[in-house]
Amino acid sequence: MVEIRIHGRGGQGAVVASKILAIAFFKEGKYVQSFPAFGVERRGAPVAAFVRTGHEFIYLRTEIYQPDHVIVLDPTLIGPIAVTGGLRDGGWVLINSEKEPHQYHNLSPSHYYRIATVDANHIATQHHLGSPTNPIVNTAILGAFARISNLVSIESVEEAIKEEVPVDREENARAARNAYLKVVYEG
Amino acid sequence: MGNHAVSYGVMLARAQVIAAYPITPQTQVVEFLSEMCADGRLAAKFIKVESEHSALACCIGAATAGCRTFTATSAQGLALMHELLHWATAARLPIVMANVNRALAPGWNIWCDQTDSLAQRDTGWMQFYCDSNQEILDSVLLAYRVAEKSLLPAMVVYDAFYLSHTSEPVDIPEQEEVDAFLPPFQPPYFLDTDNPRTFYPLLGPEYYMEFRYQMEQAMEKALKAFNEAGTELKTIFGREYHPIEYYRCEDAELILLTAGSAASTARVVIDQMRVKGYPVGLMKIRLFRPFPGQELREALRSVAKITVLDRNLSPGIGGIFAQELKAVLVNSPKHPAVFSFIAGLGGRDITPQIIQQALEITLANDRPVAHSVWLGLQEEMINK
Repeated sequence: MVEIRIHGRGGQGAVVASKILAIAFFKEGKYVQSFPAFGVERRGAPVAAFVRTGHEFIYLRTEIYQPDHVIVLDPTLIGPIAVTGGLRDGGWVLINSEKEPHQYHNLSPSHYYRIATVDANHIATQHHLGSPTNPIVNTAILGAFARISNLVSIESVEEAIKEEVPVDREENARAARNAYLKVVYEG
Repeated sequence: MGNHAVSYGVMLARAQVIAAYPITPQTQVVEFLSEMCADGRLAAKFIKVESEHSALACCIGAATAGCRTFTATSAQGLALMHELLHWATAARLPIVMANVNRALAPGWNIWCDQTDSLAQRDTGWMQFYCDSNQEILDSVLLAYRVAEKSLLPAMVVYDAFYLSHTSEPVDIPEQEEVDAFLPPFQPPYFLDTDNPRTFYPLLGPEYYMEFRYQMEQAMEKALKAFNEAGTELKTIFGREYHPIEYYRCEDAELILLTAGSAASTARVVIDQMRVKGYPVGLMKIRLFRPFPGQELREALRSVAKITVLDRNLSPGIGGIFAQELKAVLVNSPKHPAVFSFIAGLGGRDITPQIIQQALEITLANDRPVAHSVWLGLQEEMINK
């Protein structure tokens, strides 16, 4: 079983991202489970969403405390929120940021984790998703996740986006492909 | 998600009248149903109302007229229905309701807690507790079938967020399969201008008791109907449901008994404890009303200890499932010692560690303490 935790802010689409990712895994014949971290949702407030996937039915129904990978939709969450809390050794930390991965090395002092960044704000704006001040980054970042994690194909992510996103389906799928190509990672 | 599993179940059951008032975390159930009514997928009358009390009143009226009815609610909404919950049962109306287990206020809390539905245990509604989204959908179909057989209302109950907002694969049965399992509702008596009758009259001391006795008999009938329908489901959908689900109980010396999503997580804990050599098993209570007392007595005959994990509280006595279990065991000679635990109130996560802690305390002690043991309490916040 693989466990993924998504950190974002209310309105960024972390919960929708968790559903899309689950659908993408499901399309590849995996069992999946996705759910939000049950906050009272307010725009801008820190939120989390969870995805589990595996080859067997998933009975575990608790929040994810020891994720295999972490996705961060807003880099300003780093610090106020322990985004790498419980992250397993070798896990990916994928951050929506215009910075380079090495600029986040303080997240992984002993290099236990692998860092990747993608400027999903810029990509979302290029694809007219949301507004320049409030870009919708949840679909783009999943394209980047497909690239670095090797857990799911970009094609499955694109298909899942086209199914689950309510508007601008093609544009959202193109944003994911774009982020897939542009994600920066080490190793 | 679990909420939409209910909506699909209600659609496949061909409900005819739906009345509801929105409340988190239930809202998506009726939101989706209203969409289905609007786009024609479901040929039902959707009635918007000003309160949960009115929602159930609408269902009572429609069911009296012979319609298959549905409503959904949570916590304060269910509490507001209380008066009419009794009415629906004594009127012998097979209304089906989804209740998403949410904590009662104050303090305001939208998260998971089973006290809301368990507090309605004496209203005469059947209660089916679920631990997966598949079970939620199937339970809606089961609920209609058993309710209409016994002429008692039924509540499909599931945990806020841990199921209501969790997305996972669910097999949605074909309409023909459901139609074969659930024929149209044909009540023996209903409002009919061609055949007028008196409904809900004054009922004095010379008759009232007999009517209540019939309700009690109907519960026995419902237990039988549940077993029959749960078995029949297997031939149609390949999944079967019984009042209690057993997991690795054959040679178990210690049994964990719980209900709802914690039962799902508990399977993982049972597997882990088995690897370490502890002879533990799980009994998931699916049916709370009618309570499967006879089956529990027989199933626990050779067990030394039982751990009951309650995500609910009856203040002054403790966990409700533990109380119910003790009540059915007390007259059996050599019944197991019942260790009662409370955890996960108001949406606090019931982690594998919490479940393991309950089992370890039970293993380490010969006799239980008199009260329910609370797990995961923040001691520094108490006695201030």
